[in-house]
Amino acid sequence: MKSLIRIFAIMHKELLQLSRDRLTFGMIVGIPLIQLLLFGYAINTDVRNLTAAYVDEADSHLSRQLIADLGATQVVVLRQRVANVGELVQLLDAGAISVGVAIPDDFDRRVISRDRPALQLLVDGTDPIILGVAEGLAAIPLRFDSQSGLQPRQRMVEVRNYYNPERRSAVNIVPSLVGVVLTMTMVLFTGVAIVRERERGNLELLINTPVRTVELMLGKIVPYIVIGLIQLVIILAVGRVIFSVPIMGSEWQVLLAALIFISANLSLGLLISTVAATQFQAMQMTFFFFLPSILLSGFMFPFEGMPEIAQGIAEVLPLTHFNRLIRGIVLRGAEVSMMMQEIFALAAFTAIALTLAVLRFSKRLD
Amino acid sequence: MQSNGEFAIQARGLTRRFGALVAVNEVDLNVPTGKIYGFLGPNGSGKSTTIRMLCGLLTPSSGQASVLGLDAGKDSEALKQQIGYMTQRFSLYEDLSVRENLQFIGEVYAIPRRERRGRMDELLSRFRLTGRERQRAGTLSGGQKQRLALAAATMHRPNLLLLDEPTSAVDPSNRRDFWESLFELTEQGTTILVSTHYMDEAVRCHNLAILDRGVKVADGSPRSLGENIATNVIEVQADDIDAAHLALHGVPQIVSLTRLGTRLRAQLPKHISEPAAIVARALRHAGIAAEVDRVFPDIEDIFVAVTELRETRPGTTEAVDS
Repeated sequence: MKSLIRIFAIMHKELLQLSRDRLTFGMIVGIPLIQLLLFGYAINTDVRNLTAAYVDEADSHLSRQLIADLGATQVVVLRQRVANVGELVQLLDAGAISVGVAIPDDFDRRVISRDRPALQLLVDGTDPIILGVAEGLAAIPLRFDSQSGLQPRQRMVEVRNYYNPERRSAVNIVPSLVGVVLTMTMVLFTGVAIVRERERGNLELLINTPVRTVELMLGKIVPYIVIGLIQLVIILAVGRVIFSVPIMGSEWQVLLAALIFISANLSLGLLISTVAATQFQAMQMTFFFFLPSILLSGFMFPFEGMPEIAQGIAEVLPLTHFNRLIRGIVLRGAEVSMMMQEIFALAAFTAIALTLAVLRFSKRLD
Repeated sequence: MQSNGEFAIQARGLTRRFGALVAVNEVDLNVPTGKIYGFLGPNGSGKSTTIRMLCGLLTPSSGQASVLGLDAGKDSEALKQQIGYMTQRFSLYEDLSVRENLQFIGEVYAIPRRERRGRMDELLSRFRLTGRERQRAGTLSGGQKQRLALAAATMHRPNLLLLDEPTSAVDPSNRRDFWESLFELTEQGTTILVSTHYMDEAVRCHNLAILDRGVKVADGSPRSLGENIATNVIEVQADDIDAAHLALHGVPQIVSLTRLGTRLRAQLPKHISEPAAIVARALRHAGIAAEVDRVFPDIEDIFVAVTELRETRPGTTEAVDS
């Protein structure tokens, strides 16, 4: 009973302080909105309109046909025609184009005899995504004039696109963004929570009261769970309105997954708070954790493509598990019960982080 | 070590090291119940460290302390219900209002809701904070902040109050008010341990311990401290005080010479008989007209005698003997 009163005391105080801290209050609403708009519009793996130039040394009917076909794909925009391959390379070096199309003067003969590649694509391969897209161009069928009689070859494999038939990146980005935003704000908020009290001298008073360490930790966590849920609602609602990302699964499943994920992040934040000496250090540590979360969790790159070591690290990060959960529920209509191992992983992370935080926190100054 | 009702705090050989630095060195304490006990000493003399060990915030490197009959090291959690602690720096929440701060403290000590209301109103009026309930603590003046901190520290009616330099940021008139509040608390039976570096506050304490570089160099009532110092104090009043100062400077028996406005206070070791005569003779030699009296040591004399002269005394005594 007394324990509950004390936990409520900490919670109440925390909420009061929060309501007076305009910057933090703004961050609660501002960060999800800004990130959602920024990532939702900017991240687009569905690459179009790569700048390109071409050399047409053949200048035949067939080559002009090919150029027109390439332009029609909208994958490349052929901005200019240059005189020779050398100029094409120069443009590539200068970064003016991402793709160069070189058509040799014996293009027609090569197409007919089919003994050598008929043309070359010069691609800026530094960005693998561009390289991949450009390679896709190689699959374009070369249409002969009608009398040749050769049909474009039938494709061996047909790809059926589940869950995202329109191939929109936002569908993938919005649910994962819930996890990214929660990682950033939740870890940061609790990361500075105890350090701030230490810096302002409040902690010396607090540890002289009968408040127990666990009570202090719980009192600090609970208000932020509510805040995390508010952020969740903002992202999914705005994602639905602006990017038309539907929630295929049940809202309760989303809530359940989010609750356990938020707890994991808050526990980590508290652990950071017991290690960091200043708020600045807490922020640095948060960032140190945030970056691999974004890069390795499957938010940016598919998990399967990463080397084993990176996958191992990713399995430790809560965001990896949450990404699987939230994408499953929101996009595929899956149920949490189908992905229990992710729930267990998040629960284990929470338990370990919270235990370490309680153990590390001392009600003494020495 | 068994503590009885007579002493609120008993400590034996209390020592705290931070690396190579010995912040508190073998301090023994007997703090009588229901009295104000003062720690006097300059910054870095170990006052805060001692207080922190007594409320269980710091673990002693060696020695032990019994506080309200509990072991300060082992039973610190049980102790926390019974002691009030006021930190040197204002440690309530500046972004909360006066009332919200008190309410928080009340909740943290799990004081029942109904009792809490009455207690808060009582404290607000006693510490003259009525009318400021809604003001943010950060915008209070230094004196008001201290009163609020004291109100918070006494919220749960502790038997023992530990105050770490409570008045260091408070102007003199507010300091006097603050001390009036402390006396009211002792009348209700609360024991108070207060550290200070103000001499005028030290004399207000029933008992006093003087700390110097981690060592307790003297303790007792201000009166008994004055009686027990190793020197006699001679006060000199002269028209040309500079000349008198200069004349007395070379007198070997004088171990300390302090100038206070138009007066000088000289200290001579107790074993020297007729100290006033020695001083008067020296002044007459220099041709200075002055009034010379033997006086009872004030707190500053005591402080000088037990701190500054502590290390120089053996050397000086030698000089006098030869």
